[in-house]
Amino acid sequence: MSEKLLVNPIECEGHGACAELLPEMITLDEWGYPVVDGRPLPAALERDARAAVSACPTLALRLVRC
Amino acid sequence: MTTATQGTPTEGTATGLPRLLPRHGQQPEDWYAHVARVGRLPYRDAPGRLISDLQAAGLTGRGGAAFPVHRKLAAVLEAAQARRRPPVVIANGAESEPASDKDATLLWLAPHLVLDGLQLAAEAVGAEQAILYTHADRRNDVGRRLRQAIAQRQAVAVDRVPVELAEAPPRFLAGQETALVNHLAGGPAIPTFTPPRITERGLAGAPTLVQNVETLAHLALIARRGPRWFRQVGTEAEPGSMLCTIRRSDGVPRITEVPLGVPLRALLAGPGEQGLREGAVLIGGYHGTWVPAAEAAKLTLDNHGLRRAGARVGAGILITLPQDRCGLVETALVVRYLALESAGQCGPCLNGLPRIAAALAELAGARPRRGTRANVERWAGLVTGRGACHHPDGAARFVRSALTTFAAELGRHERGRCGATDTTPFLPVPHGSAHTEQDWI
Repeated sequence: MSEKLLVNPIECEGHGACAELLPEMITLDEWGYPVVDGRPLPAALERDARAAVSACPTLALRLVRC
Repeated sequence: MTTATQGTPTEGTATGLPRLLPRHGQQPEDWYAHVARVGRLPYRDAPGRLISDLQAAGLTGRGGAAFPVHRKLAAVLEAAQARRRPPVVIANGAESEPASDKDATLLWLAPHLVLDGLQLAAEAVGAEQAILYTHADRRNDVGRRLRQAIAQRQAVAVDRVPVELAEAPPRFLAGQETALVNHLAGGPAIPTFTPPRITERGLAGAPTLVQNVETLAHLALIARRGPRWFRQVGTEAEPGSMLCTIRRSDGVPRITEVPLGVPLRALLAGPGEQGLREGAVLIGGYHGTWVPAAEAAKLTLDNHGLRRAGARVGAGILITLPQDRCGLVETALVVRYLALESAGQCGPCLNGLPRIAAALAELAGARPRRGTRANVERWAGLVTGRGACHHPDGAARFVRSALTTFAAELGRHERGRCGATDTTPFLPVPHGSAHTEQDWI
């Protein structure tokens, strides 16, 4: 079953940890907030994605089914 | 399909319109006048039964999103049954678009049609609680009128579900569904993150149905007259009629009920006017789209017809910008308002909208810096789709359409000139923005 990244923009405070851990899927905009690739997550990136999810200080990043 | 002819109002026996508003005069309808006009309340005596009629009618939400009404009702009913939790039904009359006046007019003239719809929707999903959420106390004393109407219904014992009145704060986002639920739960009227959808978990965790007041009025008539009657006007794909708030160059808002698919030309030229030759038309309000008048004259008022202009019907707001006004100046004033009305919760909206507003103010002045326009375009792209609600998306759509529609005016401003001969603001923009959380409550 494939998953995708979902950011809760209300919780997100732009710490930027996610973009550091998963640059393949997440970049930061000019204000430091994540621009998330919403396409299904490639299996090869699953580990890094989970690391990015757990690194978010505000728990704003999630992996959801798609 | 029935359409209006050019330059004439669409009211009249030929189209069977108006359906929602009383045909004669501006006198509010009491219960007896209402029943004499549309007949008694046709309860179906079980949840679910009305839903198939609504599906056959093809009724969509008239608050702006045009979501199929039967699907929302079915989702709420299903969630309620699955969780054995009675749902809540909310009539949304928090018409927060400053340029719109159709919901307040409907509530003022035909409150019982809306309240009938609320009862029938409550029955259809098995709700035991109903709320009417409006700006009533601030507008034309609609609140007193609604309290009278509810009291009159209690006197004749027509309502099966008690109706509570709730007041919306004067914020642009107050009518956004999750903001509304947050407010009714005692919090500020600011959007929350979905999922969960409110149809699953809304007010106090109950499955929650939110329908615009005009949608409920259509629902109340479909329950009486059936889907075939509803489809007698409108298009095959987008049946029925809708209320519009139309402002022509005199700036006076006129509320008109028109069939979906009516040519815009018929709506935007006043009696005796030749029609649209120059200037621009704003379709769909402040989350809507500017369209050059010559292009608007070729369009019809339905989402299918408006798609080629990148526009949507929205909540039926149509505004003709007078030729003596500057579209950039008008847009800049509105975008400033939209930026101030951001709930400020999401980074892209919080950062992007004020920057877009400031850059637009520069473009609307004399000799803007090179690169300002490109900044606006980049920021508009950057905020789109990145909020918890659609406020940044709507603001970006409005801004982008201004940059293309007023391209010639942009050129004039670059040379230090402006096409306006009248600098009084034309588009209505409320004064006062939120400073503390109290302003959202």
